[in-house]
Amino acid sequence: MNDTQRIVMTGIGLTAPNGNNLTEFRKALLECRSGVKHVDIRYMGKQVAGMCEFDEFKYQSKKLRRRGTRAGSISIYCANEAVADSKLDWAQVDKSMVGVYLGITEHGNVETEEEIFQMHQNNLDWKLWSPHHNPRTVANSPAGEVTLNLNITGPHYTLGSACAGGNVGIIQGVQQLLLGEVDVALAGGISESSQTFGIFAAFAAQGALAQHEDASQASRPLDKNRNGIAISEGGCVYVLERLSDAKKRGAKIYAEIVGYAINSDATDFVNPNSERQVECMHKAIKRAGLTVSDIDIVNMHATGTGTGDVNETVAVRRAFEASNKTYVNFTKGHIGHCMGAAGSLELAGNLPSFEDGVVHPGMNCTDLDPECEVKNLVINEPKKVGNVNYILNNSFGMLGINSALIVKKYS
Amino acid sequence: MADVRQIVIDIISDIAPDEDVTNLDDQKSLREQLDLDSMDFLDIVMELRKRHKVEVPQEDYPKLASLASCVAYLSPKFVTA
Repeated sequence: MNDTQRIVMTGIGLTAPNGNNLTEFRKALLECRSGVKHVDIRYMGKQVAGMCEFDEFKYQSKKLRRRGTRAGSISIYCANEAVADSKLDWAQVDKSMVGVYLGITEHGNVETEEEIFQMHQNNLDWKLWSPHHNPRTVANSPAGEVTLNLNITGPHYTLGSACAGGNVGIIQGVQQLLLGEVDVALAGGISESSQTFGIFAAFAAQGALAQHEDASQASRPLDKNRNGIAISEGGCVYVLERLSDAKKRGAKIYAEIVGYAINSDATDFVNPNSERQVECMHKAIKRAGLTVSDIDIVNMHATGTGTGDVNETVAVRRAFEASNKTYVNFTKGHIGHCMGAAGSLELAGNLPSFEDGVVHPGMNCTDLDPECEVKNLVINEPKKVGNVNYILNNSFGMLGINSALIVKKYS
Repeated sequence: MADVRQIVIDIISDIAPDEDVTNLDDQKSLREQLDLDSMDFLDIVMELRKRHKVEVPQEDYPKLASLASCVAYLSPKFVTA
């Protein structure tokens, strides 16, 4: 295939509850270090959650941080880190040919809840509703804040795709590069969900909010004693370029994106559908021109809910029935569910496997649920597997959105 | 008697925390001396209402141009607030 039609990752910027760059994040994943803690959630009190601890003012003034949003702050940090990591000569880059594509689960709840809270504290004085509310809560806001910060004049928007957002943002970036709409895509996913009350209360109402005396053990995908989701925030943005451009400037290439698929269950608001998930993974593999045996690592979405984990296990088992060499791991045991950021962050956590040949383990699965047994599952300890060439990253979301992304080691 | 000048400076410090507000010229326009835009002035109005129950109607916004004009315009409101 022509190098102008091949899309590669040349920069990564991330913040996770257990690391603020790829080196820190990968180390925490290999050492099974959790980023989930107990935090105080408005009205509800102590809950487990994953909060990021990056420096908000590394790339943004205090004034603009105050004017913007937490989602924007996470996005700006990740985008700047990704650009720096890519070693693009930013001053010389044609900013009209840069696009920002960020997957989100939801956006605006943090700001809306805060406005309502303030109004209640002030005798329902509606005139205290902030003039910043609209620019803060429009759905493109996190991506728009990145363009303001980095003087990008190309397109920007967010991709509302529930917890598949991280993969979907990357896929959008790939497609826009292939269409020739942009020369550089800042693409990935972000989430500030752990800053809202509503999402915690809703998962609690569903009986799907993780709880544990030791917060670091609360998120337990595939474990018999799992009891729900540990809600986290996070972000991961990639610099995507055409291979021809990356080669021209001698860029470090983390991976090539060779396959992807997005489909819909069309069956339920919240319960996933294994059959559609299998179709999604197989569609991505087919698009990449591969067979299931070519895939070395599958990162499961695995959120730690009762039915979600079982359904996905059934799907992965079925999708990779024909492969004996595909290893399976998951990431949410370490970081909780980073919602719109989950897909892009979890993919980043596995990318170093191309270099070190090690599969990081899924954490907190100490008593594997027999219903979640799957071939070559890597849990609790890293596994040296040798050469890793292809990684498939699953990311699924409410309303039945499924996504699978396949990256290849570049050589 | 409320120190209106200090009240306004405190609000500006919160709205524009990167700015140095220690040596402001009371007679000069605030926008000449600080990186403030129209949205910042809306925030000042909002904070006056939230913190001190002082209302500034839209037609009076130009009266918040300098520290001196703020003091002249707001002081009577603080007496009655």
